[in-house]
Amino acid sequence: MTTLSGIVLQFFELLLAVLVAPLLTGWVNVCRAWMQNRSAPPVLTPYRVLLKLFTKEPVLAYNASSLFRITPYILFGCMCLAAAIVPTLNINLPINAAADAIALVGVFALARVFMALAAMDIGTAFGTLGARREMMIGFLAEPALLIVLFTSSLISNTTSLSSIVGQMARMDLVIYPSLAFAGVAYTMVSLAENARIPVDNPATHLELTMIHEAMLLEYSGRHLALMEWAASLKLFTYSCMGIALFVPFGISDGDSWAGVLVALTALAFKLALGGSLLALIETMSAKMRIFRAPEFLGTAFILAVLAMLIHLLLETP
Amino acid sequence: MSSTQALLAPSLPSQLINLLAAVMLLIAFAMLAQRRVLTLINLFAVQGLILTASTLLVAWTTSQPHLYWSALITLVLKVLVLPLILHRLIRKLNVKWDVETLIKIPTTMIVGIVLVILSFNLALPISALSGTVARGTLGIAIAIVLLAFLMMITRSKAVPQVIGFLAMENGLFFAATSATYGMPMVVELGIALDVLIGMVILGVFFFQIRERFDSLDIRHLEKLKED
Repeated sequence: MTTLSGIVLQFFELLLAVLVAPLLTGWVNVCRAWMQNRSAPPVLTPYRVLLKLFTKEPVLAYNASSLFRITPYILFGCMCLAAAIVPTLNINLPINAAADAIALVGVFALARVFMALAAMDIGTAFGTLGARREMMIGFLAEPALLIVLFTSSLISNTTSLSSIVGQMARMDLVIYPSLAFAGVAYTMVSLAENARIPVDNPATHLELTMIHEAMLLEYSGRHLALMEWAASLKLFTYSCMGIALFVPFGISDGDSWAGVLVALTALAFKLALGGSLLALIETMSAKMRIFRAPEFLGTAFILAVLAMLIHLLLETP
Repeated sequence: MSSTQALLAPSLPSQLINLLAAVMLLIAFAMLAQRRVLTLINLFAVQGLILTASTLLVAWTTSQPHLYWSALITLVLKVLVLPLILHRLIRKLNVKWDVETLIKIPTTMIVGIVLVILSFNLALPISALSGTVARGTLGIAIAIVLLAFLMMITRSKAVPQVIGFLAMENGLFFAATSATYGMPMVVELGIALDVLIGMVILGVFFFQIRERFDSLDIRHLEKLKED
């Protein structure tokens, strides 16, 4: 049911996601620096980088087509839509009547296709290399992500994300082995999708191992800012989706702002914890060879399928 | 109806047994994907430990005293003695190198998934007949047996094949516990002794194979005549 307060909440949630996303990236960087015994950069560094890039003049390659120019906007739009679909604070979001979990995966795929096309548009070797690798990772990660979502859908008998989260939050505390497996598979998929170690190194430049950065090499100025912001937003959305699917406790299901405040506190706590966990994973593992990535994501896929099968065997009365 | 209610909200021990069963299945897959002999042995020991825990849990829930003895046998034999023997064997044989597989590992995993689906389907009617607390896990037990069998088929070296054989015994034991609260004590003791003696004989066998062929590759045994 679409109410005015629902729409207000929806926009509040979206605004929050867009504004807080760089903070999460900054927090992960700070945690990573602490764990690696380096002196940490200020947690607000990503905002400063964005501000700097927005004030700079974008430089375009001589043979850049219009596709290259609109891709940052499409990418940012896709990520905003994705952030709106995932219930972070409240589960009565009006947009959920229009888009479910499968649509969410589709939105991510759309963003990925445009990014790869734009990277190949200029015709440099690095862009093409990055685009090809990104498509390989994407085509391996997507089925695993879908099956994780299917497992949650089977448990709650719906594919709408907010209904899934609502049911999970209201459930009695029952041990679901399938959810544990799906959680591990989801973590592996998120590492690959967000260009994190062990699949990709977000801090690398001009190395033969890079995937995500290789696609951004030709961008500058406000275009680059939007691409970077979209990457932060993607990390934020993935983290929120993981939180919503596997630890949804504290999310509000009414229209009251007090519930939203509680949910906000819970979310901030969970995101801080999740960010430091991500930093821990990144510190403890080494970047693997690109040809190991299929095996890594294959394991995620197997885990997701096992989760679904175990749910069908053990948890259906 | 109380039986329906029990199905809808399973008790905590039953949930824990399900969780342990799921972890055992996961370890069976990890063994299938593992390339190193040392890690393979450690995984086998962990699987034995989880089997012990789940047997103890079934014993405690259903108050079947003989299952405590089974758990003890599992603990001593499969967590302590056999892994120790295997560790010693590979140190003496000096075969810590990577395991060679006949089929590529991702393909093996896909075949493994198919086996899991097959065994889950196979177990559904059987577990419907059974009334034990862990009846749902019968499918997982069959899957573990089949996965271990697959591991024996796809490995060409002798040591991983033996580990596959031992893992298969783990699965059988788990099936017995989940379907009928374990086998009679005599049978269990007999199997335990069989496995132990089998292990010792196979250990001697390894040395013989290596002395004869300078390798532990089983494919050498397929030739009946000397060239």
